[in-house]
Amino acid sequence: MTELRLYMAQRLTALIMAPLVIGHIAVMIYAVQGGLSAGEILGRTRGSLFWALFYGSFVAAVSIHATIGIRTILSEWAGLRGTLLNGVCIGLCAVLLVMGGRAVMAVTFA
Amino acid sequence: MPDEHRTAATRPASNEAATLAVYVWRGDAGGGAEQRFDVPKQDSQTVLDVVTWIQQQADASLTYRFACRVGMCGSCAMMVNDEPRWTCRTHVERVASDGELHIAPLRNLPVIKDLVTDMDPFFDKWVKAEAVHHPSAGRADGFAAVTPDDPQRIEASAGIECINCAICYAACDTVAGNPDYLGPAALQRAWTLYNDSRDGGGDAILDAVSQSGGCHSCHSMGSCSHYCPNDLDPMGAIAGLKLATTKRFFGRGKGGGRS
Ligand code: SF4
Ligand code: SF4
Ligand code: FES
Repeated sequence: MTELRLYMAQRLTALIMAPLVIGHIAVMIYAVQGGLSAGEILGRTRGSLFWALFYGSFVAAVSIHATIGIRTILSEWAGLRGTLLNGVCIGLCAVLLVMGGRAVMAVTFA
Repeated sequence: MPDEHRTAATRPASNEAATLAVYVWRGDAGGGAEQRFDVPKQDSQTVLDVVTWIQQQADASLTYRFACRVGMCGSCAMMVNDEPRWTCRTHVERVASDGELHIAPLRNLPVIKDLVTDMDPFFDKWVKAEAVHHPSAGRADGFAAVTPDDPQRIEASAGIECINCAICYAACDTVAGNPDYLGPAALQRAWTLYNDSRDGGGDAILDAVSQSGGCHSCHSMGSCSHYCPNDLDPMGAIAGLKLATTKRFFGRGKGGGRS
């Protein structure tokens, strides 16, 4: 049943990511057209719980979604199986979470 | 006048380049290599005719499999110029490239000898996918009424012409990359039975196709449906299983798991 759970998790995280991607792109276009500087953008995101949750959930969804996809590639193309496969994937998910989490902290913590 | 009734003198000029260069894979589980045979061309010649000519006229030790010669039994499938085909219904002129044919045993299955593969892994996976009948009535019960235009029956009927040829299985890259993958034919039969109102195994089928290597491993690239010689759509059947398992996962399946 693990396969089924991973399949569902990948679809659910895709559902979460879809509006976040659109929101992210819309805000980027808006910010660039408004001529906001990096400092002005940071001024709006720092200390904002909204942006912390927005990009925090984005990072969590991406880390899970991407790891499940790469898990399939590692298993079908590189022949990884079992504990090795799961270990590599847990490590990869952790790296994505830490790197993404640091970026979110940098722009949202005051 | 049909071609076979013409005398040699009246045959069209296209028949003059009279031989095909046929490269046949020879070997066994330990390995092998292609061997060349020059085979006389015939009108309306099938790839199976070519293999049979080699076995009867050139090398009696060539091993291959066929039975019906009319696309019913599913036993003659081979790789022809790197694509899986039912050789009894594949005309040489449609697939030969530059007068050459490369014939090899079916992909994704262990070779026994020459063009014969071991089909056990293919059929074992039908059982693993619960693609077996689960009786829901006994002989004392009356006949089940089957309504041909019932939507669920239409789904079931879509897959019943499968001849178990394993062409889809040979075409599937997921089978190539994942030895546990149940494959298009077994999953399609599971979907057929899931939709058969006389089958009592709805939940058992959904459990079986949810295991590792089940329907969720399919990448929906469609080689199976592209190559199926009977124009069946295993990819569509697998999509049906994905939907049914998803509905059940979120508690929306009903009545033996069927929706
Ligand atoms: S659609 Fe699925 S079953 Fe068909 S060839 Fe692709 S991966 Fe295999
Ligand atoms: S689904 Fe088509 S290609 Fe696959 S085994 Fe059945 S008849 Fe052959
Ligand atoms: S020999 Fe029976 S399908 Fe080709």
